[in-house]
Amino acid sequence: MRAQSMPRTDPREERMLVVDPQGRVPRDAAIGDLPVFLNAGDVLVVNDAATVPASLECTAPAGLEVRLLARDEDGSWSAVLFGAGDWRTDTDERPAPRHLEAGELLEFGALAASVVTVSDVSPRLVRLRFDRDDVALWRALYAHGKPVQYSYLEREFALARFQTAYAARPWAVEMPSAGRPLRGALLVELARAGVEIVALTHAAGLSATGDPSIDALLPVPEHYEIPPRTVETVGRARDCGARVVAVGTTVVRALEGCVVTHGELRAGADSTDLLVGPGFEPQVVDGLLSGMHAPGESHYRLLAAFAPDSLLLQAHAHAASAGYVAHEFGDSLLVLPGADSVSRPRRDSRAG
Amino acid sequence: MQKQHIRDSAVFLTGGSRGLGRALALELGRAGARLVLMAREPEPLEAVVAEIRAEGGEAHALPADIGDVARATEIAGRAAALVGGLDVAIHNASSLGPVPMPPLLDTPPRDLARVFEVNLFGPFAVTRAIAGSMLVRGGGTVVNISSDAAVGAYPQWGAYGASKAALDHMTRTWAAEWEGTPVRFFSVDPGEMDTRMHADAIPDADPATLARPADVARAILAMLGDATRAPSGARLVASAWEVAR
Repeated sequence: MRAQSMPRTDPREERMLVVDPQGRVPRDAAIGDLPVFLNAGDVLVVNDAATVPASLECTAPAGLEVRLLARDEDGSWSAVLFGAGDWRTDTDERPAPRHLEAGELLEFGALAASVVTVSDVSPRLVRLRFDRDDVALWRALYAHGKPVQYSYLEREFALARFQTAYAARPWAVEMPSAGRPLRGALLVELARAGVEIVALTHAAGLSATGDPSIDALLPVPEHYEIPPRTVETVGRARDCGARVVAVGTTVVRALEGCVVTHGELRAGADSTDLLVGPGFEPQVVDGLLSGMHAPGESHYRLLAAFAPDSLLLQAHAHAASAGYVAHEFGDSLLVLPGADSVSRPRRDSRAG
Repeated sequence: MQKQHIRDSAVFLTGGSRGLGRALALELGRAGARLVLMAREPEPLEAVVAEIRAEGGEAHALPADIGDVARATEIAGRAAALVGGLDVAIHNASSLGPVPMPPLLDTPPRDLARVFEVNLFGPFAVTRAIAGSMLVRGGGTVVNISSDAAVGAYPQWGAYGASKAALDHMTRTWAAEWEGTPVRFFSVDPGEMDTRMHADAIPDADPATLARPADVARAILAMLGDATRAPSGARLVASAWEVAR
């Protein structure tokens, strides 16, 4: 599947492939058709984490890029180191950075951090402590940092391009991109149609590090916070048989991770490293809106908890041959029980 | 329609270091809001934050220029990092343009542009960055501080008046676009107040004829707290509200 190299001008024409888990054939639609597929009372759960400008170019020592991975409760940050070059080079082909020692100082312009520890798993995985408190640090990160982006993109894009329309707290080091197509007009249309839109915040991590030993660790435990309103709304939906649709894999992992940890969905903050795959039985989530991912990626394996593998393979093959595009500015996949009972999308199906 | 409860609300306020903004910040702090205050100069802003904290309120300073629209994403992110997703945003920071205020013929275009950057584009850009968050968290309120100069055509008030008229109309358009959702938009005309901005504009005004910012701030808080009285998109006049109470 081709990567979408830049944002498209009319977000409502972005495509959406619809899979009914009890169905036989995936259907072509557009993201603007989402209100047709959802009923009043259905719940759409989004991850409202804002994207952190998590890529920091080291000015001393030179030839080093730091990508923040997660903020720990003590205020330190785990981070992945990259060698010379930048996002224009494929992640797997970036040269390794030189090894750092605990206690070394890194400078990013006026911002500095000391290396607290270097991981035993890989010398590219480190823990950093910045030279200022959180309030001053956010100011500096927004000044010196850039959004993490990858080599399939056509050019460098501003941070605002990597935000969902509803982003709030800067918890995600990469955009929770499943929700990117949910722009203002579509959100308002869904809300007016009686779809309950609720949020949780999940600290989405890096999707690739170019280091197999670090990738094997992913996902590291990621913080999430579920507000009371979301718990109440999801509870009401389940009580009356409405569907709970997670927007993105981070939402699935937060909701289902909460149930695995606590035995029920409850409000509050916690962290999860839950990996969802075939055989996992979701307790809260009925359907999923996500981006396009290839078989073999962890996102793809998560889909297998919601639809038969044969149907997902068929959907992926169709998407590839029909010219669907992938990655954060790409097309979407909707896995939704009952989707096949919708007679037709409003917009013409693209040629399949 | 829902009431806007101030206690424990996350409130973002620009122009918070003096005049109406400072008065609003103090009242909101006393009402239990969790405040992010924005203004260009750090020291006066930190002083208001200290005042609020001394009274037991929660306030945080975010020194930045609202007219720098490229920083809207950063401003929204940093505000949320401080107090979580916003429940209320009050766009109060305003620029008169050059003082003494010239007639339009003598107003350089770049001065008009700067007035619009502060009074219109900045509030627009920040509202874009936060309204979606309000929707997915169950609602919110955006307040745009207006002026009688948005309605009356006063000589020497051309740049400022046009920017406030545009802001008022944008408020109505936001409200129309978001009708049927729990995100609400209001314009508020605070009336003429005894502030430095007023003195800059009309140096020989008699302060006895001007409202006290603290009184106007209390009226605005009352309006916010009883939002059932007005539909989203309404233009609220503080002096009339006070009279109606």
